Parts: sequence; structure tokens; C-alpha cells
Amino acid sequence: MFQSEYLFILPIIGLAFLLVFGTLFVFKWVTPKKPSVTKSQTYECGETTIGPTWIRFNVGYYLFGLLFLIFDIEAAFLIPWAVITREVGLLGLVEIGIFIFILTVGLAYAWKKGALEWV
Amino acid sequence: MKSLSFYIHNLYQNQQWLDFILYLGLGLILTLSLMSVVALVLVYAERKIAAHFQCRLGPMRVGWHGTLQTVADALKLLLKEDLIPKAADRFLFALAPFLTVMAALLSLSVLPFSLSATLSNMNIGLLFLSAISGYGVLGILIGGWASNNKWSLLGAMRAGAQLISYELSMTLSLLSIVVLSGSLNLNEIIASQAQGWWIWRAHLVGFISFVIYIISSTAETNRTPFDMAEGESELTAGFHTEYSGMRFAFFFLSEYVNLFIVSAIGSILFLGGWMPLHIGEWESFNALMDFVPGPIWFLLKTGALIFLSMWFRWTFPRLRVDQLMRFEWKFLLPLGLINLFLSSIIALGGFYFFP
Repeated sequence: MFQSEYLFILPIIGLAFLLVFGTLFVFKWVTPKKPSVTKSQTYECGETTIGPTWIRFNVGYYLFGLLFLIFDIEAAFLIPWAVITREVGLLGLVEIGIFIFILTVGLAYAWKKGALEWV
Repeated sequence: MKSLSFYIHNLYQNQQWLDFILYLGLGLILTLSLMSVVALVLVYAERKIAAHFQCRLGPMRVGWHGTLQTVADALKLLLKEDLIPKAADRFLFALAPFLTVMAALLSLSVLPFSLSATLSNMNIGLLFLSAISGYGVLGILIGGWASNNKWSLLGAMRAGAQLISYELSMTLSLLSIVVLSGSLNLNEIIASQAQGWWIWRAHLVGFISFVIYIISSTAETNRTPFDMAEGESELTAGFHTEYSGMRFAFFFLSEYVNLFIVSAIGSILFLGGWMPLHIGEWESFNALMDFVPGPIWFLLKTGALIFLSMWFRWTFPRLRVDQLMRFEWKFLLPLGLINLFLSSIIALGGFYFFP
């Protein structure tokens, strides 16, 4: 029964495509088009942008991305357990407790090392 | 529990092609109109509610009490010149609004408005919703990066860091409800709340995960105490600084649709979705409540959560980035883990109220 429920995913992706690009395509004939050099400049409150934008930036974002990856995969492993908590009973709880404990040690390590401080 | 997809799949298997295409189109049109109605109503509601919080009147000129203001704004945005800055990456710049709208539309298609009024009744509905909401980050990151503007990039990076961080505690609070109800299917989660909604049925655990969910969902939708992504006093407009006209309107639209989706998930998980309000042994009261149809209950609860979110906006000042990250990683995440553990103990021992 449930296989049929995934039927809408592809049509809806098509619908979103049609909605965004179709609207832009249709209204291309209505909207004004008066391009100028100033209009197509990068906006910075009247100043000219200094230097390139696509440069290296703060490593903090990368650290948090890395931590997120670990805990998101943890969540991915927790989901199957969460559905059958009652079936696997106390043994499952102990096992998942050990799993979470190992990850919490990792979090505590990152905490102590100062990886959770925003710099 | 027959959803629209179920009927359409039957038509496909019986090779009734005309009906199949007709009903498929119907489903798509329903989703599209739901999206536009939600956006129109919510934008108007936000402006009106914000105005009344500040003792103003808000939009009053277009239509009765300004009801057509959003339509007028949408028309104005449609007729604006389509600008792409010269320095931008044209392909990714065009791709970002599409990704954002797609995420919003896909999430809308799985919400159960009543037992039968669902487009797709997936057995992994909640997993699908959290996967799609995690995927919505891509639109913001790509849009901010492709603009080649320093403010856009800063806003997008901040938004990325914030969204991925708060997604963790959001997933943990969702998981504690999955543990309690034992299913990922949204309709089954609602059906498990027949004796009482999870917000109060599971002692303090349900309430704590409700609070965690409300906080992290406000962060997920980039709303005010957590609107680092836009921060108009610091970053002009954040990740959509370079977007104008219709392309901006798509970001704006999906922002409000996301607010609706997040509140709808909250009402499904914690407030019983389309389940009417029942109070213990009050037979006549319960019978009266049963009289109100499911979709109305669903929309009422969702509306209450949306109002709460708008209330937040005019109550709390914006956080700093470091406060935001500290709050998530040093408070909300450990709390969520402990809460998940407690909820599994409650589920195993069967320590519910109203068993």
C-alpha cells in the first residue's frame, strides 16, 4: 500500500520547476528591461566592492559542519531504533545508550578543546 | 486511511490513463493553491499582527482592511525588472529559488489535514519531512554564494551554520515523539494521541521536547530571535541581498510556507493534528468537540503555533552569533539527548497519563 505514496515526489519537483522558471519565462515579456552598468554592479550601499568575495573564510563554520555531520549520522542511526523501542526493549535501550555515550564523549572532547566557541 | 496517491496509483494499475492524468493534475493544483493561499494569508497576518503589537493599524488601503495588500505586492514583484548582477554565477543564482520552492512544495504534499485529506500518506512521513527541511539549507547557501556579494555570503554562511546546528535538536525532539508513538507515519502518530496529546500525556518529557521543538523550529525558519541569516541592521538583507523582483518573491513565499509547515509538524506531533480536544470523562463536551471536522482542528492548532511564532518576533531581541551557537551546542543538544533517553524509559515502562 505504501509504495504508491511516493508517486507525487517527481511530479511535484516538476511543478516547482514549472512554477519558478515558467513564471520567470512568461513575465519576461511584460517586465521592463533597461540594463545599465550601475544596475548590474554588486550591491554594497553605494561603495564599490573591494577585492574578490569568493575567498577563504572563518574556519569556525567548517568545525561546526564537521560536528553536525557526526550528530546527524547519529540521528540517522537513532531513527530505526526509535520506531521499534518497545520491540527491542531494555537491551536495545542499553545498546543505544552505549552508542550515545560514545558520541557524548566526543562532544565533551570538542567542548573541552574549545571547538564549540565561536571565534 | 486512503490518500489521494493511493487512488491515483490504482488508476495507474487499472490503466485508466485519462483519469490518472486528471487526478495527478488535481493533486498538483491542490498543492500549488495550498501553497499560494498559505503564503497570501500568512504575509497578511504577519503584517496585521505585527502592526497591532506595535499599536499601529497596518495595511488598510487595498481592499477591506488591507486584505488585498499581499495580492498587490505580488503583482508589483511580478512586474519588476529581472536583475542578475554581473559578478554573479548565473546558473546557481537561478537555481537557488527553485531549490527553496521545491523543498517547500515537497513538504506540503505529505501533511495530513484529516484522516483522508492527505496527498501522500507515507509510512516514513516524519523522516521525509526532516530530510526535506534539511535540504532547504542548500537553497540559501547556494543563493548566498552565487550572488558574489559579501553580505550575501556572510548571511548564507551564518544561515548554514545556524540551520544545521538547530536541525540536530529539532531531530532529537521529533525522535522522542517517535519513541513514544512508535511510528514515523504522520497519521499513526496522530492516532496514537487519541487518549491525550503528547504535549501533556508523557509527563514533562513531551512538554520539554515541545519547547525544544518550538525554539529550534523558530531557528529553522530564520525568524526573529534567530534571524542571523537576514539581520537587516548588519547585513542589509543577508543571503537574498542581490535578489529582486520575482526571484526574491520565491524566497519570500517559501519562507512563509516553511513557517506553516513547521507549525503544522508541531501541531501534528504535540497537539494531536486533526484530533479534537477531549477532556477526560466529560462525555457531552467530547461529543461537541467531535462535531468540529478534522481539518478545522488542524488549521486552528497550526494557526495557534504560527501566532506564537509571530509573537516571539515582537518579544525577543535578536541573539548574537556566538550566543546562538553556544545556546544550541551547550544547552539544547545535551538537553535533547537526555530528553530522548527519558522518553524511551517512559515508552518502555508505559508510564503515560491516560493509558
